Amino acid sequence: MNYLKTFTNGLLKENPTFVLLLGMCPTLGTTTSGMNGLGMGLATTFVLIGSNVVISLLKNLIPNKVHIPAYIVIIATFVTILQMVMEAYMPALYESLGLFIPLIVVNCIVLGRAESFAAKNNPFASFLDGAGVGLGFTFALTLLGSVRELLGTGNVFSLKLFPEHYGMLIFVLAPGAFIALGYLIAIINKLQTKKG
Amino acid sequence: MKQLKSSFLNMAVVLTVITLIAAGALASMYTLTEEPIRLAKEQKKEQALKDVLLPYTRLDEPDTINGLAIVRAYNGDTFVGAAVESSANGFGGTIKVMVGFDQNGKIVNYSVLEQSETPGLGTKMVDWFKTKKGNQDIRQLNPSEVNFTVSKDGGDIDAITAATISSRAFLKAISDAYAVYAEQHAADGTSGASPQAATMNPDSLMTDSLAVDSTLLKGTVIVVEKPIVKTNSKPLKRR
Repeated sequence: MNYLKTFTNGLLKENPTFVLLLGMCPTLGTTTSGMNGLGMGLATTFVLIGSNVVISLLKNLIPNKVHIPAYIVIIATFVTILQMVMEAYMPALYESLGLFIPLIVVNCIVLGRAESFAAKNNPFASFLDGAGVGLGFTFALTLLGSVRELLGTGNVFSLKLFPEHYGMLIFVLAPGAFIALGYLIAIINKLQTKKG
Repeated sequence: MKQLKSSFLNMAVVLTVITLIAAGALASMYTLTEEPIRLAKEQKKEQALKDVLLPYTRLDEPDTINGLAIVRAYNGDTFVGAAVESSANGFGGTIKVMVGFDQNGKIVNYSVLEQSETPGLGTKMVDWFKTKKGNQDIRQLNPSEVNFTVSKDGGDIDAITAATISSRAFLKAISDAYAVYAEQHAADGTSGASPQAATMNPDSLMTDSLAVDSTLLKGTVIVVEKPIVKTNSKPLKRR
């Protein structure tokens, strides 16, 4: 097994947002700014790595018929821990992400990686897979958030690039999320076909 | 190692053990983060109070009037205003604001404690109503002296562009807060001089009144009683 490939797989080739189109709810909901996208991505990465490693360690101890409830309990535990830590030490980010933090539990990327990777591979490979997919998700969310923030308000990570009244408000709202995501996917598809 | 068989006993034991471990981990995490979470919340509130009030040295214990919390602030012994926590239903949920008034009922500043309005539209309320531009700045206004609604409804305040519902809700929260402040003001019997009276020594008031009382004839006592009741009522209501 090629560990490097395991890691880069989630980053580019199977990027959860741009290629697999998984986890659309937090992708569209939280990316109103680059900072929010980054925060959401890193939060999901933490849960992915944690649940992937634990599930990979326990994969033979969990009877097949109850593996879904067992996985969900493990994932939910990590999410709740994350939620408490964020509320204690990053209250501002916790507030702006709001409901989307507890919703990581039902993010299909997390359960998807647990089912399709961690349940079949060793803990180290699962760790790399979680990190790769998580960082790929983070990259996608940060990019989408920055694009929306720039087009909508003229800022990137709260850094002013052009005055706000030139911004197109629609990009901060829900329809802008779809438009921006669509164009980003098109650009990335184009780049990938050129390479291959 | 081979995977455990899905027998009834195996499933029950494994699920129980996993949930027990999860519960244990969460419980210990909760005790670890309980204190920092409480501190972070307290700090936020303290910061909000500092932002919305004139400089103060002492705060009263919070009071509740009409279900809203009001905190009176003093600089030394002088009453410098009060902060009221108020809320209203906005476009995307409850909007919670803290607003500070000075001793004359003018808005000093406000701080949005909680809101879930549309990002980029309603969320602008955080700064909008304290930006000097057009008629959107509500600071230094007394809600009883201006038409405290959005201009669309015939009021004197400019609503946030494309977020009239959020603006209405915000102004309603502030108006409610002002109502509580005014009621409080009336209860204190404040018409300018009362902030001083509030911190006067009740004993000195007593002796003054009694001194007057003893020097007066029986027939005039009724006249004197009025001031006694009035002056005494202030320190009593302060409690």
